[in-house]
This record gives sequence, C-alpha cells and structure tokens, in this order.
Amino acid sequence: MFKRISVQHDDFDVAAEMAMLRERDPRVGAVAVFIGTVREMNDAANGSASVQTMTLEHYPGMTEKALAKIVAEAAQRFDILGATVIHRIGELKPLDQIVLVAVKSAHRGDAFDACRFIMDYLKTQAPFWKKETTSQGAHWVDARESDDEAAARWQRPCAGGG
Amino acid sequence: MNVKVVYLARLREALGCSEEMLTLASASVTTTATLGDVLAMLRERGEPWSYELGEGRAVRAAINHDMADADAAVRDGDEIAFFPPVTGG
Repeated sequence: MFKRISVQHDDFDVAAEMAMLRERDPRVGAVAVFIGTVREMNDAANGSASVQTMTLEHYPGMTEKALAKIVAEAAQRFDILGATVIHRIGELKPLDQIVLVAVKSAHRGDAFDACRFIMDYLKTQAPFWKKETTSQGAHWVDARESDDEAAARWQRPCAGGG
Repeated sequence: MNVKVVYLARLREALGCSEEMLTLASASVTTTATLGDVLAMLRERGEPWSYELGEGRAVRAAINHDMADADAAVRDGDEIAFFPPVTGG
C-alpha cells in the first residue's frame, strides 16, 4: 500500500501530492482529502484576539512513528489503497496550510471514512503542540474534549451493545 | 537503572527542563519500575514538579516513542517523555 508520511517546515503542494498519491493507479476510484489551515480567530476562554503566529512543536522520533501507526490502523479498518499524511512544524501564520490527509480507495465510502479516522486519531495521538501568539502574548493551545470524543467515536462498540 | 526523561511543549517551559538522565533506585531487583514510579519520584522534588506532574493535571506520557499509561513498565535505557495532551492538526 502506498504510504507517504512527512513532518516538515515547508508548505506542501496539494496538486503535486495528489499526483504522487494517485500514481496513475487505475484501481483508484476515490480520493478523499482533508486540509487543515491556521484560523485567525482563536476561541480560547481568555478572549478572542487575532492570531498573529502559530508555532507547531513536535516530538522528533515519536511523531513519524505515531503517524505511521495511525495510517496502519486505518489500512486495517478500511479498504484503502494508499494514504498521505503531511504535517507542518515551526512558525505558521493565518491562512497557512498545517496538515494534509489524503486517502485513495476504490470507492468513496472507505476513502471518506479513513480520511476522517486518520485526522481524528492524529488530533489525539500524534505528538504535536500549538502555541499561538496574539496581541496579548503567547500561549499554548489547550486540548479540546471534542477531539477526544471524535476519536472515541471510532472505538468498536462492545459485543452485545449497551 | 538509568532512563532518559524528555519534557515537551508547555510542560518543558513550566519545568524549565527539556531533558535529563534519571537514576531509578529500585528497592529490589525483582521489582519492576513503572511510569507511575518515575512520576512519583519527580513529584517529590517539590514545586513546580509536584504541581505540574500532579494527579489533577492532564499529563500524557510515552515510553520509547509509544504512548504509555502509568502502569507501563520502565526498563534500563528507556526514553520516557512527559507532555500535555496533544493539539496538532
């Protein structure tokens, strides 16, 4: 299965990444893409000042391993033909691209589901941290409970329900 | 037993430490140290360690680059990391 995982300072070119992912593979009938970008307005509890810069820190060595595990898990759960995950690090500005998750498969269902699964797990399992700088200074972004809930939705239901 | 401990993001700043080597004195050779033991040892240093790594704080951990819980076993030469809940994407 095609896998491309990259943690990089540089921006990514979506068209070039799509061409690389699709590889002129005639089995592919669907490509689902998610692009995360830097928002200007933060919605932290301490007011809503415009974000000037967003600095992404990560844990070198673990990051790539964590992303590879998430892609491998997606490949087990869904019928996919390949995936690309690119996450940027360093200093970013509003409008910048942060993350790209793209999945190819024969049909759209698996491509959509796997793309969302990878993104939901990345949000809670991949060691990245955001620090925002606004006119009021710099602060670390807090994790959101809604991200944990989004990842938890993918847990398989217990046998017998309940 | 020696382990490397790495602190990341907000935790690194709050503790003023990015990494250190730690010697774990094991009471008995048959006893396996856990991540919880390492945390307990660090909390004994007092502030800011006891607060930042305290029970009520959201601290996540990894052993050798895999997410780990407090009851995970720690072995000589391991790289342990402590960090806040992740916020990428």
